[in-house]
Amino acid sequence: MRWQRRHVLSTEDWSRDEIELVLEQATAMLEVLARPIRRTPALRGRTVVLFFAEASTRTRMSFELAAKSLSADTSIITASGSSVEKGETLYDTVRTLQALGAEIIVLRHSASGAPYFVAERVSASVINAGDGWHAHPTQGLLDALTLRGALGDLDGKRVAIVGDILHSRVARSDVHTLVPLGARVVLCGPPTLVPSAWRGGSVPDGVAYEPDVDRALADADAVIALRLQRERQEAGLLPSLREYRSTWGITEERAARLRPGVPILHPGPMNEGVEIDASVAHGPRSLVERQVTNGVAVRMALLYLLATAGAGTEQAGDAAASPASPAEVPA
Amino acid sequence: MSILMGADDVRRAIARIAHEIVERDGDPTRIALVGIRSRGDLLATRLRAAVLANEGVQLPLGILDITLYRDDLTRVASAPIVRTTEIGFPVDDRIVVLVDDVLFTGRTIRAAMDALVDYGRPTAIRLAVLVDRGHRELPIRADHVGKNVPTQPRDDVRVHLREVDGRDEVELVTTEVPA
Repeated sequence: MRWQRRHVLSTEDWSRDEIELVLEQATAMLEVLARPIRRTPALRGRTVVLFFAEASTRTRMSFELAAKSLSADTSIITASGSSVEKGETLYDTVRTLQALGAEIIVLRHSASGAPYFVAERVSASVINAGDGWHAHPTQGLLDALTLRGALGDLDGKRVAIVGDILHSRVARSDVHTLVPLGARVVLCGPPTLVPSAWRGGSVPDGVAYEPDVDRALADADAVIALRLQRERQEAGLLPSLREYRSTWGITEERAARLRPGVPILHPGPMNEGVEIDASVAHGPRSLVERQVTNGVAVRMALLYLLATAGAGTEQAGDAAASPASPAEVPA
Repeated sequence: MSILMGADDVRRAIARIAHEIVERDGDPTRIALVGIRSRGDLLATRLRAAVLANEGVQLPLGILDITLYRDDLTRVASAPIVRTTEIGFPVDDRIVVLVDDVLFTGRTIRAAMDALVDYGRPTAIRLAVLVDRGHRELPIRADHVGKNVPTQPRDDVRVHLREVDGRDEVELVTTEVPA
């Protein structure tokens, strides 16, 4: 299949083939990351701007490494220390970025929908690096790549996502990536932190809500623990962090009861001792480090696809290339 | 359309190149083969089998995908698929023989050399191709050639290999220039 998209805003409307293509390209990028020189010239001379209007360490570094591994020029803009502090609007900021030559804008923003607003108004490609509670498509894709690596084909596999579902763009993007690949997602968390519609049973296809964490874990093929944002307790949605751990945490005892070989993922940053015990986070079931590596590969794949698709008008395989392999260069 | 090489021609060309590769450097233990996707990898696999049969030496074999090193990525309409490169041995201090099916403009080989040196510093890089059809755009030549074929730039040389195409054959497809 051919890549057609100009933006990566959410995987909600993606076909299975599109997800498969990105995972296939990410697998090839993993090999690049394992080389002695982790850099290829594919995006030489292209400009990628990382605009992080909301705090982030790992996602920002991951995108930066991904862009550099493809030899793109990168600039990083954060809300603090930029004109955003002087009251410049999002629209004016991205127009300026585009005028300065940004071809791909990677945007993280606390407002859900901000990347859509930007994508409609600039000619650059936009990658959503997390918008509010809405979506974090690269996290969904890297979780899918990680689960594929651990479990093989995800068809019929049960993935338990445990924690604060309501505020989690990660949970939403995981659902929108794993379900098209055939996985069945079991959402589990405190009733105050699960969307009421989902609690009431009107969940999307391939998704189930399970209020009992031990039941959710009993037949899981993989577990994704979500970060608990501490401010949720102040908002009155939780009694205490200690109670949260004992009721919903992936504790050492719960991890020990999982079936053999069931992996545990976490998008990070982790609150060790709250949603996941430190011994679990760094234990043999943990794929957290694998997720970090896979994250760079997935972002390389997306940058490559966006930067190359529609860059020119020539067919990928011109008349001189063998018709049996239309994407090759003339030998 | 005309047949440039039949199955026997392909077989003899590979057998001859397998001998030439070893003859040129004397010591087969220094040599490694790297086939360029797609079809160069298949030819490299056959060359390895021939060297093993002749010399009793199993050469290291790698597969190279050059997509990320193409010089036309900013000019194509849709992203060419990147396939995995598999080079599971150190290329340092080895004589690496790049293997491809058709040598034409030389741009693929330029990309392959750039890719290869990202893995280390070979003693030498050599080039083996099944068909050299001329029309180079870069100063590149092959060390081992199955068959030299005069072509027009607009022609199409199609290499079929039994592993993927069910038969061994090289065809020349000529395109008439519209009047």
